[in-house]
Amino acid sequence: MIRVRQMKKIYRVGEEEIRALRGVDLHVGKNEMIAVMGASGSGKSTLMNIIGCLDKPTEGSYELDGHDVSQMSEASLALVRNEKIGFVFQSFELLARQTALENVELPLIYSREAGLTSRERTRRALHALNRVRLADRVSHRPNQLSGGQKQRVAIARAILNKPAILMADEPTGNLDSVTTTEIMEIFRQLHAEGQTVLIVTHENEVAAYCQRVIRLRDGLVLSDLPVAQDQAGQVIA
Amino acid sequence: MILSPYFYSQAIKLALSQIWANRKRSLLTALGIIVGVASTTSVIAALSGLKTSVLTEFESFGANRIYVFPDRPDDKPRNLYPREKIRIKPWEVRELQASCPSLRAITPVTEFGVSIASDERELDGITVVGIWPDWHEAENRRVISGRKFNRIDEVGERQVCLLNESAIDELRLPSDAVGSHILVDGRRFLVVGVIETLQARMFGGDSNTAELFIPFSVAIKLQSTEYFLRVIALAKSAEVSEEAKSEIQRTMRRIRGIQPGDPDTFRAEAIDRYIDQFKTLASGITAIAAGIVGISLLVGGIGIMNIMLVSVSERTREIGLRKAVGATPAAIMMQFLLEAMVLCLAGGLVGVIIGKLFAIGLTLIPGARLENADVPLWAVFLSFAFSAAVGLGFGFFPALKASRLDPIEALRHE
Repeated sequence: MIRVRQMKKIYRVGEEEIRALRGVDLHVGKNEMIAVMGASGSGKSTLMNIIGCLDKPTEGSYELDGHDVSQMSEASLALVRNEKIGFVFQSFELLARQTALENVELPLIYSREAGLTSRERTRRALHALNRVRLADRVSHRPNQLSGGQKQRVAIARAILNKPAILMADEPTGNLDSVTTTEIMEIFRQLHAEGQTVLIVTHENEVAAYCQRVIRLRDGLVLSDLPVAQDQAGQVIA
Repeated sequence: MILSPYFYSQAIKLALSQIWANRKRSLLTALGIIVGVASTTSVIAALSGLKTSVLTEFESFGANRIYVFPDRPDDKPRNLYPREKIRIKPWEVRELQASCPSLRAITPVTEFGVSIASDERELDGITVVGIWPDWHEAENRRVISGRKFNRIDEVGERQVCLLNESAIDELRLPSDAVGSHILVDGRRFLVVGVIETLQARMFGGDSNTAELFIPFSVAIKLQSTEYFLRVIALAKSAEVSEEAKSEIQRTMRRIRGIQPGDPDTFRAEAIDRYIDQFKTLASGITAIAAGIVGISLLVGGIGIMNIMLVSVSERTREIGLRKAVGATPAAIMMQFLLEAMVLCLAGGLVGVIIGKLFAIGLTLIPGARLENADVPLWAVFLSFAFSAAVGLGFGFFPALKASRLDPIEALRHE
């Protein structure tokens, strides 16, 4: 599903070179659920941006769903994001003036599929909302929804186009512990239905929902272990 | 990169909802466009109304009328063409009458101010007009009561006159004044007819002016020897009016002995010449109005650019999100261009409506002769085209800025 080889990312700020990634190798198989962890400055955001096709690596290859996307143009990457990647953000990023249903339909505006009828768009959006158990809130606007409901709308939007990977960046960062459980159960359920999930987090409780934990430090993979071993290691440390 | 119809419908819907959500701001922003379009459409409406009534008036004048008057060549020293030399003399008019077969009627017209008096009142500085009997045909003015002038009046130098109704009022004459006597410059004149008062005309002077007509042969005796006269001629039909004009020019050059290559010392003009002049004037004013709209649209456009830049910066996170879910730079660019254009077109629409209301207002002004004022369809189309162009032109830079935002940076924007 995802194959990253010797990926490097170097930013130039004036004369200074910042080596955000210094040769990362990574493989994510179909239907895995992985937590990516690391302190700020570890290169985790850079890696996630590249995997999410929001950024390009300086060196190395990145194969997504069988295609090398490491050197694609900006417009082609936009299409890849539209069809293969679903994003969930810490602060939901819903459009305030649109209903839950309209928010979920958003990716279809930029879809390559021509001639989608409005009935078909609504059907798909309702199906996605149904999967996050929010079918009773379709015509509510974000300010009429709780934090957990907002994040569920955002997840529905992310899974609308049946993406190859669902990427969540601190999806529970703005939520209390009860809602965190609610949202993580949704991710677990989607994973059970066959969805590949990548979650960036700094909370061990969130990582505990995943099968595998990848830890980064200083632009390199520090550890890549099944969740049980990783959590055991954390307890010892 | 082809964007789907769904994209366009959503982008326009979004643009409208943005305008509505920020309606005060949108109104202020579009004000430049609104004022520009409204002022231009109303100027165009007024001009088109004026044009219609002026052209109608010219047509009622008759396109086959020709005026001849003395004219000093512009580019020659004045002393080469003294007044006496260029002045039209009565014998020249008689020669024209004899030598121009395309003319139906011709009359000299001489005007001078004198005092006139009835039993009741004395009036100073009244314009007295000396005419031949042909004048009736050439000017086509109705005689309400009494009779027209005839050859006996002219040849016999009879002291008879025609009045209009205003003159009758001012002199306090009985309403049927025919048969009364009045004093013109101390001489006794018999009123033989009453002429209709001129309807209000743009070039006909004040309709309330008292008018007094006397035979030409009498009129020249009441003036100094260097009196001034002009000629009104009527061609047999509108078709031969050009022909008649050149007959007049040939005859005048011949009798004045003007050598080939030397300039005319007179001018002969048909009425259509004035129509052309008016049309030139009207299109000149239209061009100036277009210039004004250009400037106000420029000012309006700068407002649009400013507000679009504000909008792009306010909605940075939204742009980041749209990019993350798959919007290409072209799609973002198109969305913001459409938004600027919708804003401008909405302003243009309001401007056209205000202009239309102005035009209706103009038609209601009494005596302004703008009954036909209306915004022509081409002006409506032009207004919308201009508005869209302003949106496109001034929305371009903000849209480009939006399209170039880095999605990662944009999503991090506070």
